[in-house]
Amino acid sequence: MNVVKLTALILGLLLCGAVLPALADEFTEADLKRWEGEYQSVVEKGRALWVGTELSSNGVACAQCHPNAANTHPETYPKFQKQIGKVAELRHMINWCIRNPLEGADLDFDSAEMLALEAYIAWERRNVPLAPGKH
Amino acid sequence: MNKAIHRRDFLKGAGALALAASLPINLVEMAFADSSQNFTFAYISDAHIQHISGSKFVRNWDRGLIRAVAETNLLNPKPDFVLFGGDLAQLGTKAELDHGAEIMSALRYKTHYVMGEHDYYLDMGEYWEKLFGPQYYSFDHKGVHFIVLNSVRTYDDWTYNRWPTAEQRMLEMAGLDNPNGSPFMVGEVQRKWLKADLDKVDKKTPLVVLSHSPLQKIYKGWNFWTEDAEEIQELLKPFAKVNVIYGHVHQIQYNQIGNISFNAVMATAWPWPYPQSYAQAESLLPKMTVPMNRADPFFERDATGWQFINVNSGNVDMTFTLYNNATRTVRYNPKTGRPEDVTYQAEAARIPAQTHY
Repeated sequence: MNVVKLTALILGLLLCGAVLPALADEFTEADLKRWEGEYQSVVEKGRALWVGTELSSNGVACAQCHPNAANTHPETYPKFQKQIGKVAELRHMINWCIRNPLEGADLDFDSAEMLALEAYIAWERRNVPLAPGKH
Repeated sequence: MNKAIHRRDFLKGAGALALAASLPINLVEMAFADSSQNFTFAYISDAHIQHISGSKFVRNWDRGLIRAVAETNLLNPKPDFVLFGGDLAQLGTKAELDHGAEIMSALRYKTHYVMGEHDYYLDMGEYWEKLFGPQYYSFDHKGVHFIVLNSVRTYDDWTYNRWPTAEQRMLEMAGLDNPNGSPFMVGEVQRKWLKADLDKVDKKTPLVVLSHSPLQKIYKGWNFWTEDAEEIQELLKPFAKVNVIYGHVHQIQYNQIGNISFNAVMATAWPWPYPQSYAQAESLLPKMTVPMNRADPFFERDATGWQFINVNSGNVDMTFTLYNNATRTVRYNPKTGRPEDVTYQAEAARIPAQTHY
């Protein structure tokens, strides 16, 4: 009987993939710091793309028209974009800007660059309430 | 003798009705009490001509300036002269300044130039001076004293000791939201010159002061700011009628501080957000400003344009010629003693597109 119990416990631990069971609510200050750091490193990549010329073919940067990512209104998406004729996400508008004023090539929606741009835009707009659909 | 100046005549010089119909200009009719005292001048600003390589320049910005020049040439009655409000170039290179000067050379009027930071920080305005003349100067026109300042200078330590190359210095100042930038100022040398210049002018003479940066403090983070604004305002205080017109901000702004009326001009290149739309910052945008309409990015020239200015008995009235938007007029109101939008000033008269957030 004891052998069976022990076997079941070991099997259970193996299935959980952990030798020492950690509870979900046991993250630490160090974890919080690391997660914030990971996020900020992506925001920084986004800022670098924003002010740089990597995404454009003509040297125009996002920041030329949108200092501190102002007038991008990430909190209003998804919303009906009359110029596209349907409900759009912010990333549709990011690619629109890359194609037109920047004369560059569309980013893949799941690319690291798109994620970085979205992370930077959201950071500059932090603490503004969500307002989906707003014009 | 009363004489009406008919802005409906604006396009007569075009000689082509088809062209007239395609130009996005609402015409304004004005009559002045004493027409001999009144005159107009046109104001083009912030073209940001941007070099790509070889003979290639950013098409979008080129088109903005070419359009403003072409339309200014069609003004009728003709303006007495044209002012260019600074930032002809994006990174101050000879290629950009030459290309911009070439486009401007199509203007059929005497043109005065103001220095912008994008013209200045590569070679401290040396090549610009060869093309356009001194960085600060004054002139008189029909009883009005005009003063042009280089208001985009900054602390010497930033300018001369901080950056390994002139190109980097230019790039650091070119980024509007770059925290490595430095606040604009007129500086002591020009303030002394200004004082001496003003000492020779009768206090009843109307003044028009032209600068690139606002000679008032709005938002330091984007250099909508002049560090020694109060000292300049103090020098202007003894005069009965003072008008300050500035570029740099790429948007409609107006204000009244004591005897001084402030007006900003539009860019031909691109519009800028109002500082209040940057959620992480406080700005001091004058409450009396009715903002320009929010730009529709799908219309390349939307929220850009140029303006003509009536100097009406010593006060300036601004008429903003905007593309894809109705023309805006901001006129000095002698009853309230401040500039006001003739259509949208009252809260109830404003339209949704003027809400910026």
